[in-house]
Order: sequence, then C-alpha cells, then structure tokens
Amino acid sequence: MLKQKQTGEALKKRRGTAPETGAPYVSARGLSVGYPNEVVVADVNFELPPGQALALIGTNGSGKSTLLKTIVGLLPSKGGRLSIFGMPPGNNHARIAYLGQFHHSAFVLPLRVMDVVRMGRFPHHGLWGRMGRQDDDIVRAAMHTMGVERLAEAPLRSLSGGQQRRTYLAQVLAQQADLLVLDEPTTGLDAGGRELYLRAIGDEVCRGASVIIATHNIHDEAALCRQVMLLARKVVSLGAPDEVITPETLLQTFGISVTGEDKPQVFECQDRDDTERLGPNAPRR
Amino acid sequence: MLDALITPFSTNSFMLQALVAGILVSIACAIAGTFIILRGLAFIGDALAHGVLPGIAAALLLGFSGMIGAAIGAAVMIGGITWITQKSRLSSDTAIGLLFVGMLSLGVAIVSRSNSFSGDLTRILFGEILGISLQSIFIQLIATIVIVVLAVVCARPFLLLSFDPEQAEVAGFSVRLYHNLMLLMIAITVIVSFQTVGTLLVFGLLIAPAGTGALLARRIEAMMAWAGLFGILSMYAGLLISYHFNLAAGAAIILVAIGIFFVVFIVQNVRQRAVALPEESHHA
Repeated sequence: MLKQKQTGEALKKRRGTAPETGAPYVSARGLSVGYPNEVVVADVNFELPPGQALALIGTNGSGKSTLLKTIVGLLPSKGGRLSIFGMPPGNNHARIAYLGQFHHSAFVLPLRVMDVVRMGRFPHHGLWGRMGRQDDDIVRAAMHTMGVERLAEAPLRSLSGGQQRRTYLAQVLAQQADLLVLDEPTTGLDAGGRELYLRAIGDEVCRGASVIIATHNIHDEAALCRQVMLLARKVVSLGAPDEVITPETLLQTFGISVTGEDKPQVFECQDRDDTERLGPNAPRR
Repeated sequence: MLDALITPFSTNSFMLQALVAGILVSIACAIAGTFIILRGLAFIGDALAHGVLPGIAAALLLGFSGMIGAAIGAAVMIGGITWITQKSRLSSDTAIGLLFVGMLSLGVAIVSRSNSFSGDLTRILFGEILGISLQSIFIQLIATIVIVVLAVVCARPFLLLSFDPEQAEVAGFSVRLYHNLMLLMIAITVIVSFQTVGTLLVFGLLIAPAGTGALLARRIEAMMAWAGLFGILSMYAGLLISYHFNLAAGAAIILVAIGIFFVVFIVQNVRQRAVALPEESHHA
C-alpha cells in the first residue's frame, strides 16, 4: 500500500500530457469478441489515441484476454468494427508489442535473458534483416529499465517467476512499439519490479505509445491510464478512472464490495527528469 | 589401442561409409531433434518414425522405392493427426496414439506377407547401416543440407515459435506456416534416414542426443552443437562396438546414445546434490 501511494505521488509530480494529435491508434465500434461458438463480450466501443493508456479491469473470465487477443489479431472479431492504426487487426506487426499471460516453455528452453529480450527486435527485421549495434543498445537499455541487465547472461530457466516476468517486459520495451498490449503484466512481480514496470510504461506513454493493460489491480494501473474499462462479460463502465471506479461498478465487476476510498491518481507527464524518474525508492540496478 | 579405434574404418570401406552416413544423419537429427524437444513434439516424432513403416513395408513387398513409401506413410500420418484433431474434440496425443498403433500394426501386417518376416522387420526398424550404398549417402547429404538451410533461414520464427506461438503470430510470423515447416523438417529427417539407420534408430537419434544437449546447454545453438557431437560420438562408438563384439550396429548405436544421456543425467544430479547437501545440513 505504501509503495502504491509513493508510486502515485511520483507519477502525479509529472504534470502535462503526451502528444495527443493524430487519429486514434485503436478504434472499436460495436465490437464483439469471442471464440468460434461463443461471444464473450459484445458491443465494445472505445478509442485509444496515441500517448494514452487504457486499463481493462475485470475478474478471470470477464473477457479481458479475449478482447486483447482480438486487438492483436490472434482471434478474429465476432462482429462490429475494429481498426488498429486505421487498418484491420493483423497488420503492422512491428508496431504492436504483445505480452500474453502464459509462457509454458520457460523451464525447457535453453535461452539467456538477453536472447529473450533480443526477440523483441525480430518484428523489425523479419527473417533476414541484420541486427546491428543499435539493436544491441536498445536491448541493453530495455534490460536496464527492467533491472535485469546483470542477469543478461543468465539462463531464463534459472530465474524466479518475477525475474522471468521482468525479462518478458524488457522484451516488450525493446520492441519500441507504438501500441503495447499487456495481459496481466504484473503477475509474479515484486514491489520493486512493479515500480520499474509502472515507470517504464509511464515513459512509453510519454513518448507517444498507446498502452492497453488487462489487470486485476484497480489502483496501480489506473494511475497510469486516462481510461478505464470495467469488464464482466460486458462493458460495465468506461471512462476516466475516478468516474468509473465506484463501489457500485466494482460490485458489478467483481461481485464483491470493494471500498472505493483510495481514489486513483491521474497520471500526467511533464517533468521528465531522470533523477526524479529513478526516485529515492528505486531498487538497486 | 589406437589401432582398434581407427583400423576398422581405414581397412573396411563399409565401415567408413557407415560412419559418413551416420555423421550426416546425426547432424540432421541434432537440428530436427532440438526443435522436437523444445516444442514438445516428441510424440509426433515417434509417430512419424513409425508411421512410415507400412509405406516402407508396402514398397518392399511391391518393389518401389522405400523412400517414396516412407513419404506416403508420413503424409498419411500427419494428415490423419491434423484431421482428427480438427474434426473432433480429441487432443492431438490421442490422435497420434491412435494412428501410431494403427500404422505400426499395418506395417507389421504387410511385412508378415513377406517370406522373411523377422529379417525384413529388423531391417526396417534398425536399418542397414553396414550395407549403405554411395547413392544413399548422396541422398542423405542433400537432405542434411536442406535441413541445415531450413533451420538457418527460419531461425527467428522457429525460435519465437518455441518460445511462445502467440508471440510469433503477433510478430508477423505465421504459426501455421512455420509449424508445418518444422514438421516437414522432421519428416524429411525420418524419411531419408530410415534406410541408413532404421525407423527406430531415427527416433532414438532425434531424441537422445538433443535431450542430452538440453541438459547441458544455455543456448539453442549450443544445444544443437552438443546434440550433433553426442550423435556423432554415438555413431562412432556404436559402430566400433558392433565391429569388435559382433553386435547389431543399429542397436549398438542407440544404446550408446541412450547411455550417454543417462551418464550426463546422473553426473549432473550427483553434482547438484553435492552442491545442495551442505546447504540442507546448514538449515537443519
């Protein structure tokens, strides 16, 4: 709790907004998502402009992952209209970074941390494109941001769940995508990892990327996101965090009463000063 | 001593040809086997190795090329697995198991029509590495080159596919295409290698050296290198053992490959226990 407050404070200090000009990166109109014989969520409407983050909040099975998979083109939409960068999903691969919920293979694959992070550069180079020094620098910076630089040579399978998660997040950052789609990215992260993650995503938003995050955590991500969508196999509510997150909507979303005392902080960027970004509570790197 | 290690190959051309063919098979199996293990395709590899049996048996009986028979068998096997998995609610291992036993039985049934039942069956299962022709070595060489090229060209999608198929798809690499290319690579290995080392040995060489490599390697490239090394070592040692002790060559090679796996596995476990034990006593 203390950590969350501090993070909120740190974020609140950064006033101002990222550039918001241009067409929305993601636009959904009357969108239905689901599987071949089943519609999971119907009539989803939202727009996500560049430099904004959207949090999808809901329980397991509420349709968060299904919506994310439809956005990144893993599932076909079941109706309505969905455009990503003004095109149907499944295009612009290099501009979309996706972090799914599960990595079954982590304990089998002989891969080092840096090999995993380097995969984030593959969409930019395809089958043949040469990876250059610039890619190495980006990979190293991404590992640094998530605090796994010292583990660069370590085998992935020797790491804890939280360290693996940091590695996957570093891979997402290394892609330098315009749209980040993250499915419960903080699973298994410790407080330090969560802080690095929130800061990194804040930086992505401030450089103009759009982010969609599926989460159970009402407070952390809500602080980053201008829009929050509450999902319970339908869109319960969509709007600014402090409007959307109320005891009534939370009851509808989670089926239990949750106190809405801690109003989520609204994230804004301005003072993008490095010393402040690292902050006194930043874990050692 | 040195004499016993080298002379069999320098004085007998059949031994030298067997070694050359064996090295080529080992390289192909190291690459295909690494991906079989990384992607958890062992069962499908096994199914392919035995699914080709009726094709080969029919070819033997009717007098057409064994390799064509093997290719037909592999196609029926993969097609059948895909068909059952897509059209039913059964998981792919059920489909694989079903077809595996069916094809094996069909193969044995066909072979039983032949006059030398056990001789033919042994030949199909364990190959005829000591009677390998130059033409077969040449075909094996081409196949090994094709597999190496495929692995180099598809290195990135194969890596992403092993890591996380969804991520491969989002990154713009079609999972269906590269999964099928991977199956093709395994199928080529099995189809071409069976005449050298037999269907059972192909599977042994796909799994054992790459499995040993997986115990040791930190990187996929290293895993392939270890797998190649252990495969070639098994070939060499297996052929020598077979030569000096008059044992079946194919079986000797498999036994060496499996033996290496267990030696590495046990040494690794003992070393890990030796490291872990002092800590445990410390906690107690």
